Amino acid sequence: MDALDIARWQFGITTVYHFLLVPLTLGLGPTLVIMQTMWVRTGNERYLRMVKFWGKLYLINFILGVATGLVQEFQFGMAWSEYSRFVGDVFGAPLAMEGLLAFFFESTFLGLWIFGWNRLPKRIHLACLWIAVAGSWVSAFFIIVANSWMQHPVGVALQNGRPVMNDIWAVLTNNTALLAYSHTIFGSLAVAGGFLLGIAWYHLWQRRRDGIDTVDADKRVIVGEAREIVGRDKADHRVWITSLRIGAVVAIVGFAAVAVTGDMQAKLMFEQQPMKMAAAEAACQTGTSFSVLTIGDVGATQNCDNVVGVIEIPGLLSFLATGTFDTQVKGVNDLLPEYQAKYGTTIPDSPVYGAQAGQSIQYVPVMQVTYWGFRLMIGFGILAAFAALVALWLTRKGTVPESKWLMRLAVFGILAPFAANAAGWVFTEMGRQPFVVAPNPTGIDGVFMFTQAAVSPGVSLGELLFSVITLTVVYAALLVVEVRLLFKYARAGVAAAAPELFEHDHDGDPGAGPGHDADGDRSGDVLAFAY
Amino acid sequence: MDALPTIWFIAIAALWIGYLLLEGFDLGVGMHMLFTARTDTERRVMLNSIGPVWDGNEVWLITAGAATFAAFPLWYASLFSSLYLPLTIVLVGLIFRAVAIEYRGKGTSVRWTGAWDRSIGVGSLIVAFGIGAALALTTTGLPINANGDRVGGAFAWFTGYAVLGGFAVVGFCLVHGAVFLALKTDGTVRQKANRFVTRWAPIALLPIVGWVLAVQFTSGRLSCLLLIAGAVVAVSWAWISARRGSEGKAFLGLSIFLVLGAASIFANVFPVLLPSTIDSAFSLTTSNAASGSYTLSVMTVVTAIGLPLVLVYQGWTYWVFRKRISDTNIPAAHTVVDAVRT
Ligand code: HDD
Ligand code: HEM
Ligand code: HEM
Repeated sequence: MDALDIARWQFGITTVYHFLLVPLTLGLGPTLVIMQTMWVRTGNERYLRMVKFWGKLYLINFILGVATGLVQEFQFGMAWSEYSRFVGDVFGAPLAMEGLLAFFFESTFLGLWIFGWNRLPKRIHLACLWIAVAGSWVSAFFIIVANSWMQHPVGVALQNGRPVMNDIWAVLTNNTALLAYSHTIFGSLAVAGGFLLGIAWYHLWQRRRDGIDTVDADKRVIVGEAREIVGRDKADHRVWITSLRIGAVVAIVGFAAVAVTGDMQAKLMFEQQPMKMAAAEAACQTGTSFSVLTIGDVGATQNCDNVVGVIEIPGLLSFLATGTFDTQVKGVNDLLPEYQAKYGTTIPDSPVYGAQAGQSIQYVPVMQVTYWGFRLMIGFGILAAFAALVALWLTRKGTVPESKWLMRLAVFGILAPFAANAAGWVFTEMGRQPFVVAPNPTGIDGVFMFTQAAVSPGVSLGELLFSVITLTVVYAALLVVEVRLLFKYARAGVAAAAPELFEHDHDGDPGAGPGHDADGDRSGDVLAFAY
Repeated sequence: MDALPTIWFIAIAALWIGYLLLEGFDLGVGMHMLFTARTDTERRVMLNSIGPVWDGNEVWLITAGAATFAAFPLWYASLFSSLYLPLTIVLVGLIFRAVAIEYRGKGTSVRWTGAWDRSIGVGSLIVAFGIGAALALTTTGLPINANGDRVGGAFAWFTGYAVLGGFAVVGFCLVHGAVFLALKTDGTVRQKANRFVTRWAPIALLPIVGWVLAVQFTSGRLSCLLLIAGAVVAVSWAWISARRGSEGKAFLGLSIFLVLGAASIFANVFPVLLPSTIDSAFSLTTSNAASGSYTLSVMTVVTAIGLPLVLVYQGWTYWVFRKRISDTNIPAAHTVVDAVRT
């Protein structure tokens, strides 16, 4: 283990963790916007209850995204100073734009939304949520622009050995970024869809098990209530069934779009990072077949000697990569000499490489990771989408089946889209190795960087060990707290998220504050929400 | 031709000053939750006085960091990697503070709220100290070599200046937080905050005055004495106003003090961004650490559009939540009961 390995582990751990929280924030946000807009437009209290309930879970998750995002922002300078020096001219700009044009909006308007219930006029309060959620989508765009530049550097010239930006527009409209952004956003919708579906299913199942809801001979739901327990009246049933349907539809739409954008990404990847494409397929030989299952020691040694394809579909790989069935897709064995001819066989003898200078460069990514990462991403995605379709069908008569196992499956299924997202990132990022900035085959020469050169030269192994251990322990502890809180509030239902709805037994329209003059000294003026 | 790096030096100084000015009272309020508040309600009054705004204030830090990355990548790389250990601890402080603010009300046991209250307090203390140390070091110097990398081991940053800067920001935040609480709350919290200001402000502000003067004496520009004189007038006015019970004026005076004091520091060190204590030839300056002029122009346009907007809507937020909070506004703690049978 040297400093480089630790720095990479730290980046991997902290980023994958950040991206467990991010897709839920990105995906749940728009569903909240839909719910609150419906409430403002129709006045139907069902939607108010939905916003309050899902909003609570949204915020519990959101804050951990904020906390771990801070680490991301600092980490480039702390652990990857050579990287920051090399790319700062072009890479810092999207990060700064993210702060100025997205994070400020997101966090300021979210604060207004959280504390603005009853204090702001209804429509302005709704607008605050719109702006906050739009802010999170814009922030995702800028960070993906930064990331995609590392996959496919554009818009720069080379000056004194460093890329210098000369076309911001090219950077912002990088085709890699536009596709990766859509793919990630739709992937996030899939996450939120599964989340809504699983939790709503759980509540509907509880209502059936407790005998509150029953079904008639036609299997249609007969909604009952148990008013002595807060939050188990008729309105509650409608909250869950509507949430479930929104969730299922969002998940299916998300997945369909993810498949389309993912297919387009694969075609780009074939042009921009052919080695990654080959590694994703563990395709050692040039050919046209897509491997469904490959055995042998896939890439543990990053070489091709003992990889054996078991099930292969002729033509499919070509189709994925180019849209035709017979174009040869280059395998690792053919690409390797090309890379070596273009970018060298050994690490340059420069002081920035320290002890690594002069070692030979490993151009083949760890194929085990790329091969399985790619399949897990698609596999979990298909699984979740299929589950959402089945769920829509099973609940078409207004409630869920009594089966405990189906309920467990629905709750457990929440994890599948999360796993697909994480697998997708690990695949993209590890498939880019050994480059931290991958060379652009049609761009200008010299704009690329080996990961070995990126790490901070002045930072010691001890410091990195300290931070990776500290952050991992803190993150693990906080994950436990977050998941427990999510469970607690998910189980407690609407009553816990919006106690004010249940206190006065539904007198008046509880969320509809008139936006009264806050100057007037109203002694009964209690905050609608307080930490 | 050197106009753009200079503009960006000013912009980054402004972002840091904005951060200290806004998050300064958040951090101070967090620390006061440790020892000035005595009851759970007092702590909740304090926390909710910053509730709607703290996250927006924290973005000033994120943006200051990211703008440094964009405009002066070498400064960002050298400063952050040199301060690896202290910044790691600052990050842990930021994480715990953020999470604690959101999670403290999600349980009712004394253990739960107590643990998160301490996280807010200690987290705020760590963040204030660490950011203060980092800012002081970037104005007084670090042992960096020709490549901009720190030499001398993981603790090379630990100097008297680091400690002075740490205490400077902690002390300032304590006073600023108290002045803010006096302005934004009512009841016992307001009384206690006023008492803190009148008793402790002169002592708590000593280290920041020390930092300002240290920079003035080491890299002195005569013209900066004017800024310092202004700062002294402002802080005296603030203190007199606080003693008279004019809370608004006290807050304004202290804010002017910070802006002028911090401006004098930045103006004194200009055009140096990070002095090298090994050889001044290795120092990072606005001319050798800046991004290209294309990048800086793009960022100037973005900032010219973005920053005024931020000021407008953050200002509006303070207007929406301008009312004082007192213990009568705080809803009772709510116990979460399972809606489902287990
Ligand atoms: C595709 C989306 C995406 C990706 C790839 C990343 N993030 Fe993120 N980030 C978000 C989407 C997001 C978000 C959804 O917008 C968050 C989650 C919670 C929040 O406040 O915003 C966020 C929060 C967040 C914050 C806190 C903002 C605040 O206080 O409001 C910072 C500083 C970062 N991120 C920085 C990063 C960096 C430096 C990344 C790369 C290494 C990164 N994020 C990857
Ligand atoms: C949130 C989604 C992301 C995930 C899950 C992710 C995942 C990873 C992983 C697993 C690695 C380690 C790869 C390895 O060491 O072999 C890595 C490396 C890296 N990624 Fe990402 N990444 C994400 C987004 C980003 C973004 C948005 C950026 C830039 C803005 C970025 C920049 C980097 C850098 C600088 C490295 C370190 C160099 C390296 O080890 O390859 N990543 N990422
Ligand atoms: C048929 C389905 C899918 C296909 C064909 C597909 C294709 C791809 C490809 C080719 C990449 C790599 C892009 C590159 O490195 O240039 C990728 C990355 C990724 N995938 Fe998928 N994908 C699919 C499903 C999913 C699902 C269901 C999710 C999550 C719910 C997901 C999440 C991700 C993420 C987060 C990344 C990394 C970020 C990015 O580059 O956009 N994918 N996908």
